[in-house]
Amino acid sequence: MIEITALTKRYGSHTVLDNIDFTVEPGSIAAIVGPSGAGKSTLFRCVNLLERPTSGTIRVDGQELTNLSRRELRVARRAIGTVFQSANLLRRLTAAQNVALPLEFLRLSDEEIHRRVRELLERVDMLHRANHYPGQLSGGQRQRIGIARGLATRPSVLLADEATSGLDPETTGSILRLLAGLRDDLGVTIVVITHEMDVVRSVADVVAQIDHGRIVEYGRVGDVVRRSDSALSTALLPDQPAPRPSADEVVWRLRYADATVDPNWLSRISRELGTDIALLSGLVETVGGDRAGRLTVGISAQLPAGKVTRAFAACGIRAHMTETADELAGVAS
Amino acid sequence: MTTHVLALGTPWSGVPALLFPAFGQSAEMVGIVMAIVILLGGPLGVLIFNTSPRGLAPHAQVNAVVSWIANLGRSLPFLVLMATIIPFTQLVVGTTIGIKAAIIPMSLAGIPFFARLMENAIREVPPEMLDVGVASGASRWQIIRSIQLTEALPGIVAGLTLNIIAMIEYSAIAGAIGAGGLGYLAINDGYEQFDGTIMIACIALLILIVQVIQFTGDRAVRSLLH
Ligand SMILES: Nc1ncnc2c1ncn2[C@@H]1O[C@H](COP(=O)(O)OP(=O)(O)OP(=O)(O)O)[C@@H](O)[C@H]1O
Ligand SMILES: [Mg+2]
Repeated sequence: MIEITALTKRYGSHTVLDNIDFTVEPGSIAAIVGPSGAGKSTLFRCVNLLERPTSGTIRVDGQELTNLSRRELRVARRAIGTVFQSANLLRRLTAAQNVALPLEFLRLSDEEIHRRVRELLERVDMLHRANHYPGQLSGGQRQRIGIARGLATRPSVLLADEATSGLDPETTGSILRLLAGLRDDLGVTIVVITHEMDVVRSVADVVAQIDHGRIVEYGRVGDVVRRSDSALSTALLPDQPAPRPSADEVVWRLRYADATVDPNWLSRISRELGTDIALLSGLVETVGGDRAGRLTVGISAQLPAGKVTRAFAACGIRAHMTETADELAGVAS
Repeated sequence: MTTHVLALGTPWSGVPALLFPAFGQSAEMVGIVMAIVILLGGPLGVLIFNTSPRGLAPHAQVNAVVSWIANLGRSLPFLVLMATIIPFTQLVVGTTIGIKAAIIPMSLAGIPFFARLMENAIREVPPEMLDVGVASGASRWQIIRSIQLTEALPGIVAGLTLNIIAMIEYSAIAGAIGAGGLGYLAINDGYEQFDGTIMIACIALLILIVQVIQFTGDRAVRSLLH
């Protein structure tokens, strides 16, 4: 459980984080997105106090971090696992030794360390690479070792900065499954910083967008994708490029406005309106447990717009007609 | 100014009897000095880095002082340093000639030299590596030992190699104050007494030693990089 209140960070006169309030519920995954330079990494570094906030408070598991003595802070940090961008593995230590490092800092016995390192490497499916040096591992493998190391002290909170950046979709998928497993099996509270919307859609429970040091949008991922007038929603479920419809059709943009849209809506509405519906482009997914969709369809220009809108609304879909072909061309380009 | 003309003096068969004890004295001098240098220069280097703005305990005043000390020891040419501190040498070891007397100026020159090499080696460790230690709740001492020194080890070994070779050079200069060793043999028997054989033997051995140390050092550094 993480509670950030009125967090401000300045470097000289440059305000990097501006009065951030942000709470992550226990056992959930929060994603932080935002353009480069928005302050994401600074926020990440403030949560475990690698960077001292200029003002504001940070509570992890009910403990206020900014008031702690150096010694108390060292203990508190063990409850916060950290996965760094590009893993930050020590080059002169093997994968297993890297994972063992936080346990050695804890002065655990050799047998205990050995046992736990084995268990961690197994969890990230890297036991077969235990004695490899980071230079002998691929980017995705290094990232897994980084995650295993972040989990070594059995933290209740895990912070990951761009843990999947630059990895292929398959490797990204396996890391995301790993994170979801930690949440679901061990109840770990996770914050992932990312610029990949696929990551947000597939594992995050809540999402916050940061821009210029402020949270500009926040919400449950399932809710955010249904927002009609939101930049984050569009980023999460972008309009797909669509071909032009035939001459007697007009283009409609559709968005699931309801979490429980009936998957049969296409044939249902087609029957109800007594016309064909041309599916031009679309994305339909389960996001945060809810159905989410964004599509472009072509419907005969003969039908009254109000009737079409009502038919879609009855199925929990918000529809609006696209006036000009230009708008569509803009999307396609 | 006299012109020395080298001629062959000592027969080659007599060379080992002169060369081996001299080598032993050089090795002793450099060995003792290196032990002192590592013991004092190493921690000094760690202190200089860690009180710098990028270190674990930045402290401008302390950093300025230790930095100044390290620069002081390196600002004088070795011969000048050796002469300047003769009273100090007398005070510490009770003599101004011989191996014991050479150890003092050699250490004073070697400690700051190694401290800077050490500082540079640690500086090469990416700062994100230190974050790993801080974030996992390590103490400063644990970070120094398990992260800074571990990751900097190849650089430290390269620095040690450089330092040993510099100390061999200094030991030869110290030969001029009768410190014994290969330098003394070369100057005293070889140069002053026009003994070309000794001169050549000393030079050849010094070249060999330096080459072997550099080669060994390079090999060690390579085996430490993974
Ligand atoms: N130590 C520092 N001193 C001064 N300015 C800093 C420092 N660290 C970060 N900044 C500034 O803070 C701003 C936010 O940086 P931050 O690294 O948090 O961005 P980010 O959102 O993580 O970007 P990216 O997506 O590129 O990683 C940037 O303008 C950066 O220049
Ligand atoms: Mg960043």
